[in-house]
Amino acid sequence: MPAQETSHAAFPTLLLLLPFLSALVLLLGHRILKGAGVFLSLFSAATCFVVSVLMLGSTNPAETVHLLPFLEIGKFRFAIDALLDQQCRGMLFIVTSIGLLVHIFSLGYMKEDAGRVRFFGALSLFMFSMTGIVLAGNLIMMFIFWELVGVSSYLLIGHWYEKPSAAEASKKAFLTNRIGDFGFMIGILMLFSANHGNVSFAGEDGLRAALTGGTLQHIAQTQGNFMSIAVLCLFMGAVGKSAQFPLHVWLPDAMEGPTPVSALIHAATMVAAGVYMLVRVAFLIEAAPAAAQTIAWIGGITALMAALMATQQNDIKRVLAYSTLSQLGYMVMAVGLFAMQHAGAHQETVPGHPAMFHLYTHAFFKAMLFLGAGAVIYSCHHEQDMWKMGGLMKHMPVTFATFAIGTASLMGVPFVTSGFWSKEAILGVAFEVKGGSPLFWIGVATAMLTAFYMTRLFVVAFLGKPRSDSAHHAVEAPMVMLLPLLVLALLTLVSAVPGVTHLLEAMKPHHAEEHATVMVASIAALLIGAGGGFRLYRARDKDPVSIPLFANKFYFDEIYAVLVRVLQDSLAWIIAGLDRLIVDGLFSRLPAFVARRAGAAARVLQGGHLQAYTFLLGLGVLLVIYVVVFVLPAPGH
Amino acid sequence: MSILEIVILLPLLAALAVCLGAPARLVSVGSAMVNLGLMLGAATKFKAVAGELAFTSSRVVLDNPSINFAVGMDGTSLILGLLTALVTLAAVWQIADDRPPIYHTASQLIAAGAFGAFLCTDLFFLYAFHELALIPTFLMIALHGRADEAARKAVAWKATLYLGAGSLVLLAGLGWLVLEYSGGQKLTFDLNALRAMAATNPLPAEKQGIIFFVLLLGFGTLVSLFPLHSWAAPAYATAPVPVAMLHAGVLKKFGLYGLIQIALPLLPQGPHVPWVQKALLLMLLGNILVVGFVTIAQKSLDRILGNSSVMHMGYIFLGIAAGTELALRGAVLLMFAHGVSIALLFALAGRLRNQLGTLELAKLGGLASHAPVFAILFAFGAFASIGLPGLANFAGEVLVFLGAFGAEGGTTFGPLQWTVVLALWGVVMSAVYMLRAYRDIFQGSATTGLFMNDPSLFQRLPLILLAAALLIAGCCPWLLLDLLKTAPVP
Repeated sequence: MPAQETSHAAFPTLLLLLPFLSALVLLLGHRILKGAGVFLSLFSAATCFVVSVLMLGSTNPAETVHLLPFLEIGKFRFAIDALLDQQCRGMLFIVTSIGLLVHIFSLGYMKEDAGRVRFFGALSLFMFSMTGIVLAGNLIMMFIFWELVGVSSYLLIGHWYEKPSAAEASKKAFLTNRIGDFGFMIGILMLFSANHGNVSFAGEDGLRAALTGGTLQHIAQTQGNFMSIAVLCLFMGAVGKSAQFPLHVWLPDAMEGPTPVSALIHAATMVAAGVYMLVRVAFLIEAAPAAAQTIAWIGGITALMAALMATQQNDIKRVLAYSTLSQLGYMVMAVGLFAMQHAGAHQETVPGHPAMFHLYTHAFFKAMLFLGAGAVIYSCHHEQDMWKMGGLMKHMPVTFATFAIGTASLMGVPFVTSGFWSKEAILGVAFEVKGGSPLFWIGVATAMLTAFYMTRLFVVAFLGKPRSDSAHHAVEAPMVMLLPLLVLALLTLVSAVPGVTHLLEAMKPHHAEEHATVMVASIAALLIGAGGGFRLYRARDKDPVSIPLFANKFYFDEIYAVLVRVLQDSLAWIIAGLDRLIVDGLFSRLPAFVARRAGAAARVLQGGHLQAYTFLLGLGVLLVIYVVVFVLPAPGH
Repeated sequence: MSILEIVILLPLLAALAVCLGAPARLVSVGSAMVNLGLMLGAATKFKAVAGELAFTSSRVVLDNPSINFAVGMDGTSLILGLLTALVTLAAVWQIADDRPPIYHTASQLIAAGAFGAFLCTDLFFLYAFHELALIPTFLMIALHGRADEAARKAVAWKATLYLGAGSLVLLAGLGWLVLEYSGGQKLTFDLNALRAMAATNPLPAEKQGIIFFVLLLGFGTLVSLFPLHSWAAPAYATAPVPVAMLHAGVLKKFGLYGLIQIALPLLPQGPHVPWVQKALLLMLLGNILVVGFVTIAQKSLDRILGNSSVMHMGYIFLGIAAGTELALRGAVLLMFAHGVSIALLFALAGRLRNQLGTLELAKLGGLASHAPVFAILFAFGAFASIGLPGLANFAGEVLVFLGAFGAEGGTTFGPLQWTVVLALWGVVMSAVYMLRAYRDIFQGSATTGLFMNDPSLFQRLPLILLAAALLIAGCCPWLLLDLLKTAPVP
């Protein structure tokens, strides 16, 4: 048995160890290493990709592999454990494949950056922590790596820390996520307490077992509120990480980071970690129907709201960022709806979760869109305003073609794109679930808006005539950047093909009945949105529409700024004042005053020399000890 | 002669030698290195056995009442001993060559006091060693503090009064405890003997509560328990760097050590008497929330660090209030982690002030471009203190939270659980002020702030030592936790 265990542990150990070492060496030694360090990071990413492909071949059922003890006290074990199952292997493939491609793309994109090695070090740190989240076999381990992706995201958003906007954006991302993690931790503590100290997903006393005939089942049945609050607290973690309303404000600002980072972290993988975590604990959400409903609605609101904001953005990366928010909302909505559909079913692992399926297709086409945007920005000399682009089709044909495939997939062009199938699966669940129809229509409206703003972006940036010098002189990006784009385009095209989804067992679509209404509604949404966008924006030089509410993102940033100033800074100022006035007054100034009055008589002793006071203090202490020891009657004698 | 006696004696001899004119830096750094080596050696040899102490030795000083110079250690004392050795080495190493030798003398005296307090098992010497360490602390603030004479004397005076008063309350509490447990027998100050008596012949719960509360006020003042904390932030902002490092990092832990090693074993029911528990929970929430807000309002780095150090004591008190095995081990781990991280931050802040002449955030900016190594080292301290996993503080904090929240088990949601929830908000507040400070000092354009260079490799070493300790204890917390396997024994 032990021999077998070690062979199983080899793969996950390698997946964690390599990027960890690479991160440590690069981040701490980046000034000594110079350019050579980049290849360490690349080597680690490539090896991890190969390992995760090898793991895909495994048909072993779910198993927990013990890696490191971390914290073990008596019966409590918070270990670094890997829960290897279909979900985990599928997600590993997404993370390592996109990770490797982004590493390669960055070789070109960051070629002239002075902090290149530091950048690759942070990228390795991210790969390490993201792999940890995917492997995590218990909630504590997930929280550990959850925080670590947060810090790698902080480092990468703030890569150009000399730019005040980048410094502020990285701080904002970290703090917003901390608020989410506040809830996440409470949720973990509640489950820890309720399940007698075990927060593993699988295993004999694990959460899943406890919910089917154990302690948690009893609690779910008799104390529904406790269960709902615990689940909603966990969900708060996802709200932060996956940038859901009302903690969505950090993601658009995170675009201050280098574009490859936006593709990997803030589109394809890290922001999807919230969804992945929710799917990991889907069985808990199914046991808390009230929480499931809340989750579905938060997702729906985020999807629609972000799509509205996206229609009025002019920065090419920001449009994609709001689109990411919106699509993440879709996934979260799917988590809630799916749990409502399966409430109380307590089935074993869900074979195809619509949220996971959309996460998977979205990861490839959104990473491609961001890298495409990166290529455009690179070629237009760091111009990000799409109104200063135009006509890029002719200058950058490869980028144009891959961007077109990505756009089509995000809009959900029927039958040929992966995005169509995954969106269809979510709308299908919304249609079937009792009480899901308002969310179904929100989903359809979001799909229409998505088609609209992506058409707008595509038409304005790639078609028409160049509207600036930099667009006029744009040339196709170098091969090292085009290669990842082409690979991602291929993955986007094949990712929903049945043979491929069969390989990624956990990612295969949830086979719902095909509903004519769903099909008609989503195709109609696509036609109206794309058609409207094309008519409105064809051959324009500036935006004919102006809706300040959307352009200013519903004024969330302004409202939060006021809240922070009033609730935090003013409160801090008042409390600091009171602390000085009352606490310090009561315990030091008042006694000092009394002592001064009382001491007036004993002025003789006060020479004003601190050394003398200290000496007296020491003397006093000795005197008291002397009295206690020698003068007080010793009992028993 | 026990190895522990050597550890206590060595810094005393070093202090004496420096006084007599020996080359200060050489003697001081050398003895600190030897001590760290001795403590590490002791740690590798240490085998925790329930209810037994390692490396014991006892010399009779007085027969009746029984006072012995007795040393010995369990896992908790060992971890604090390691902390003392580590911080002492870093503190004396980073003392600049142009400082007068009294810097070394005072640091070594504080170190000797701390070693004595953590390694002695006789209450008489345990208390006396702590007092020994306080005196050079006050003197250094008053003589070499970083403010004009009147201001630094006022600060020193305030700390003296607070800590002196706290020590007296503590003395009263300890005296009461000794008298109660000796009831009719020969007076003894031996911790083990007292523990044995407490186990066989416990006091009634209500009385335990009262004595525990007296000890809490005494020890609490030394640890800046809210609302007895006003001395701490100004003292740390004014104290010379090695003194701030040694006091905030090491000596301050004495109060917590006393609560865990003396108050809890001798008065096991004390913290669970309802009124005592409520009072303790309220006070520690004061540390976390009130002082947390106070910290957010600060505008200069020394004040932020001083207040944050007060704030973080709240989490250790939370572990003590919960009293579960998980929470107490978390508290010990957190004592070590906080000691190392705050010592690192004070050392860095001291360098910053020496080079730039100010610590006001508004005047700083963009330093990461001038001094990247300095920025990385500061990031280690800052991220450790906001509880980032992989650095030591996280493991301690999470154990405290788990142990406190799950103390009763099931779906209980009582005062302790609510306290944990509120305390968790403090983790968000820590991130607010630490990231703000990091942003203002290190990020932004290189031309906005004052100019500064990275420290030389030699000057970096003690700082790297502390950062490495944070990383190792954070990634492999079991190294320290295994030392605690049988301790603290309630």
